[in-house]
Amino acid sequence: MESYFWLLSLLDSTLRLAAPLLLAALAGFYSERAGVVDIGLEGKMLMAAFAAATTAAFTGSALAGLLAAIGASLAMALLHGFACITHRGNQVVSGVALNIVAMGLTAVLGNAWFEMGGRTPNLPAAARFGEVTLPLAETLRNVPVLGSLYYELISGHNVLVYLALVLVPVTGWIAYRTRFGLRLRAVGENPAAVDTAGISVPALRYQAVLIAGLLCGIAGAYLSTAQGAGFQNNMTAGKGYLALAALILGKWKPVPTLAACLLFAAADALQTRLQGVVMPGIGEVPVQLIEALPYLLTVLLLAGFVGKAIPPKASGRPYVKER
Amino acid sequence: MHAVTVTPAPHSPPKSAHQWAVELVGIDKRFGPVHANKDVTLRFAPASIHGLVGENGAGKSTLMSILYGFYHADSGQILVRGREVEIKGSQDAIGLGIGMVHQHFMLVETFTVLENLLLGHEGGPLLAPAVARARREVEELERTFGLEVPLDALVADLPVGVQQRVEILKALYRGADVLILDEPTAVLSPPEVEQLFRILERLRAEGRTVVLITHKLKEIMAITDHVSVLRRGAVVAEFATAATSRQELADAMVGRKANLDVEKAPPQPGPVLLAADGVNVVDARGVTTLKNACLTVRAGEIVGVAGVAGNGQSELLEVLSGMRPFASGRVTIKGTALEPGGTYDPADARRRGVAHVPEDRLKLAVVKEFPAAQSAILGYHEEKGLARKWRLDWKRVTAKTAELMERFDVRPRDPALRTSLFSGGNQQKLVMAREMERDPDILLVGQPTRGVDIGAIAFIHKQLVALRDRGKAILLVSAELDEIMALSDRILVMCDGEIVGELSAAEATEGRIGSMMAGVAETATGSVSGEEQ
Ligand SMILES: Nc1ncnc2c1ncn2[C@@H]1O[C@H](COP(=O)(O)OP(=O)(O)OP(=O)(O)O)[C@@H](O)[C@H]1O
Ligand SMILES: [Mg+2]
Repeated sequence: MESYFWLLSLLDSTLRLAAPLLLAALAGFYSERAGVVDIGLEGKMLMAAFAAATTAAFTGSALAGLLAAIGASLAMALLHGFACITHRGNQVVSGVALNIVAMGLTAVLGNAWFEMGGRTPNLPAAARFGEVTLPLAETLRNVPVLGSLYYELISGHNVLVYLALVLVPVTGWIAYRTRFGLRLRAVGENPAAVDTAGISVPALRYQAVLIAGLLCGIAGAYLSTAQGAGFQNNMTAGKGYLALAALILGKWKPVPTLAACLLFAAADALQTRLQGVVMPGIGEVPVQLIEALPYLLTVLLLAGFVGKAIPPKASGRPYVKER
Repeated sequence: MHAVTVTPAPHSPPKSAHQWAVELVGIDKRFGPVHANKDVTLRFAPASIHGLVGENGAGKSTLMSILYGFYHADSGQILVRGREVEIKGSQDAIGLGIGMVHQHFMLVETFTVLENLLLGHEGGPLLAPAVARARREVEELERTFGLEVPLDALVADLPVGVQQRVEILKALYRGADVLILDEPTAVLSPPEVEQLFRILERLRAEGRTVVLITHKLKEIMAITDHVSVLRRGAVVAEFATAATSRQELADAMVGRKANLDVEKAPPQPGPVLLAADGVNVVDARGVTTLKNACLTVRAGEIVGVAGVAGNGQSELLEVLSGMRPFASGRVTIKGTALEPGGTYDPADARRRGVAHVPEDRLKLAVVKEFPAAQSAILGYHEEKGLARKWRLDWKRVTAKTAELMERFDVRPRDPALRTSLFSGGNQQKLVMAREMERDPDILLVGQPTRGVDIGAIAFIHKQLVALRDRGKAILLVSAELDEIMALSDRILVMCDGEIVGELSAAEATEGRIGSMMAGVAETATGSVSGEEQ
């Protein structure tokens, strides 16, 4: 029974840790399926986290924080679009530049406004996304196995976790069941086919990039106003890249991407629980090694354990009507 | 010269009193310094097939892309069914009933046929109702025009001939009344060309207008009603097809007397320079793509390999040129036997005097983004005359390229121009020049004239024959039966990865090769013109 609860709590934190990854990976899904590589997930999330924490600190409203986060992230997305779609710049360079800008800007502004070494003030509960108790959770709590599963694992997350999970089928539906999805997937494979069908390639790609901005905004707000209670320097710590890795591992498909996010999050959750544990024969496992677990896993998996991942054919290539 | 009698097909809707389906008036277009279209005026009659011919770079594709809204004309007017229109983009052209099948297909390969047809013509935000409706309408179109296509297959899995039918169907589904086809036959096998032409005839019978761009005058003679000739961006001649000849068209295209036939003395075969013995190739999927290939090529002869694309010819070339390892068998080059798993590779091949003009120019022979001078030394960049220790001597490279361009008539003669900006024929001449320059003993050539105009074809053919007459061995792979028959001293036919037969030049007829290519002993599959019947 104890190990059952241990497992439940592990899965519970897996979900919490997976949510921002998932939001960012879905952002990457829209962008990359449209043929725009998005290395800038990291930067957009970071900027959004900062905007959310700052706004929530000033207004005391989590929702205002969320809106600010989305706004900040959308602005970065527009910049990315302007560089890569309008001016056909290199998508990787633009993304990396955005990441660097986000890192510098959040640190400088944070320090200037709050003078706390780059951190923002601790947010009160009202300025954060609190946990939602799903209906009947309390009543069912004492039902063995299933009841506690519902109470511990399913219920009691903040609203953004549920949003992230719901967005997986929604994204699948949009991508495979709607006109927009058809065009989105087409423009990432062969923009010339879209162009000759009389559809604007830039307009489609801008839409995709903006959706990515929106989702990264939510992911950023999650980090600083739902999972955490304020912004910390470089608080994304590579989650944007990890999300990108999940997208690749998931072969640019929504459900496999969800699975990859859960896998990474589980490794992360396990990591905190493994610290200080003494392994038979090895002794105490070094913290650094454990912390590197999710990243090692990524490298190993991407190095070919999951078969070949074929990216959208036109991804990374600006569309030029020329030979 | 036009036969201006327009009789719309009886069952097509009455179309008011206008005479022309489309009129292009005074179209002018420049790409920077290149004057691609000069004051072009062309008129297409309804219910007809109109041919458009001209050398590489004459401006055919540009003109049709303007009509389709892909490019904008700098000046000029477009009239559709007698009414002046402004075409700002492909959407406008589609709305006006103009459809185009591009030289390079505009299909999403990871989509099904139906999804490709739907794209841009979904009719609502959700796909489900559109799919059902499209399926019904498309099946109707398929019946009307005899266009059979598996609607639920992935495009990537379909052979090019079927992909092309998807393109035609796509245009028709979007309501095309005027259908432009840009070099549709370049990638097709003879039976596929036959099928295509039957479809085009159906379209004409249904009252639609077809504009056909091609380099093959035989096809123009076989199927068009009118033909216009473009040279250096301008219309230089127009004919009713019935009142002209291949020779007259060819002369108009090049602007002088064109030589259509290859002149060739009887071969004087010497010793065997290249031989393959029981060579097998197994690809990454484990499929045997080349089966037990045995052949010999002697000094002073051209051996042609005919076959529908994808029947092992590419693998054969790749093995002989060292690009691909073979699983078993033996290759002998100038008396030296090579075993499977050896160190034979393209560099080694060059050292042994084997040169290779690959089938896919843009992918394997040149780097599109490089200036011509760099494309012209690929593979030979370590040669003494070009390299100085570890760096290249650009002056010499440029001088060398200029000299090659002069001798092989590559136009424009500009070694610094980006390779992609040369027309296909001129890129090909550059590659031929590079490979022939080293005076190889064995030359492997794949599709030497794909997408190349008649002037350049004649030139390339002459070079190949001259090399043969200098006592070199040439293996020629081509999907073009005319080319195989015009050049080869012996002909091998491939089908399903195997060499299924050999014919001497004297025995070969289009019908015999065609039926061997198809792998059955049926008669006269692959004849377009019916010249020998
Ligand atoms: N997008 C472009 N940018 C610059 N130059 C171009 C472009 N498209 C075509 N050209 C140039 O315009 C001229 C006409 O080209 P076009 O492709 O229309 O010729 P074509 O008659 O279709 O030739 P081919 O038989 O090789 O297909 C050529 O000199 C070509 O290099
Ligand atoms: Mg062309």
